[in-house]
Amino acid sequence: MNKLYTVNKSPFERPALETCLRLAKPGGAVLLIEDGVYAALKGTAKSALIDANQGDMKFYVLDSDLEARGLAEKPLIDGVETVDYGGFVDLVCKYDSVHSWL
Amino acid sequence: MTDQAAVEFDTAGVKKKFMFVNSKAPYGTIYALEVLEMILISAAFEQHAVIAFVDDGVYQIKKGHNTKAAGMKNFSPTYGVVEMEKEDADEDEDIDMVWRIVVEKESMEARGLTEDDFVVEVEVLDSAELSELMAEQEVVLSG
Amino acid sequence: MKIGVLVNEGPFTHQASDSAYHFTKAAIEKGHDVMRVFFYYDGVNNANKLSEPQSDDRNLVKMWGELANEHNVDLVVCVAAALRRGIKDEILADGFRISGLGQLIELGMAADRMVVFGD
Repeated sequence: MNKLYTVNKSPFERPALETCLRLAKPGGAVLLIEDGVYAALKGTAKSALIDANQGDMKFYVLDSDLEARGLAEKPLIDGVETVDYGGFVDLVCKYDSVHSWL
Repeated sequence: MTDQAAVEFDTAGVKKKFMFVNSKAPYGTIYALEVLEMILISAAFEQHAVIAFVDDGVYQIKKGHNTKAAGMKNFSPTYGVVEMEKEDADEDEDIDMVWRIVVEKESMEARGLTEDDFVVEVEVLDSAELSELMAEQEVVLSG
Repeated sequence: MKIGVLVNEGPFTHQASDSAYHFTKAAIEKGHDVMRVFFYYDGVNNANKLSEPQSDDRNLVKMWGELANEHNVDLVVCVAAALRRGIKDEILADGFRISGLGQLIELGMAADRMVVFGD
């Protein structure tokens, strides 16, 4: 099964993204929402988390949560795609099941 | 209960693989206790379950919780009920319910714990093994 | 697709309820069947009709109720979690009903996808 993982906490606050990536099966996708969107930013001490897993997983970030946090104009890590809630729903349907890392 | 009409689903014959992921320390938050309640209800529906402990979640099943001075409800004894449900399911051929209680090796070792530190019998899986198992689960209820 | 949603946190303190609401709305707009939204842990506080946010802020309790009534979404609050937190019939907001944890397991069994919003 190919899974969609959601991560809603900042990688600076909690190990959720790190644990998610350690336990994720390649072929899945990670959607960053709420405070999780900070992990999508280029050039931070935590950018390596996504960089290291680009080959195995697809990465997405929720646009409204980036905008809310004043990050809409900030460069994202290459390959991270933005989606809206409609896109979130599409991802849920595209993948076989959803695992929310809280 | 309330006036809003109950909604019934047709779930006859449905058997899914549920996974309960415990990643938080006990007592600082209520998730450990309320996830236990979910786990026990799922037994009533004879669904398969993987009860996984990762990160600080491993502390939830550590032996020796003493909550008297803290004044909180000690839920450790409830894991005994979980274990009993699992054993009943394992032993009774008429019950088609597979339950596994698993701990991530990396999380356990990072915290200086071993299998002997836990109140229940667990399967210790490394990240690669746990990853494979998690990938098979259909309904993931995170706390 | 048949979708189930679990909300673990109450309104305002965490973004979980907002995220769950917008997701649910988007799923409905795309023609999916959101079979049930189950409220557990502090999520039961989304059903408190006494919630009175500031006038320039969103009213999540009302928003959920309107979604339930306009689109027939089944909003279920776990009785055990609700009692613990003082959410009872007398303060239950419009659109919600209180029921057992079994309704969550049934949702997991019946839905094609289950999405959890929490802390």
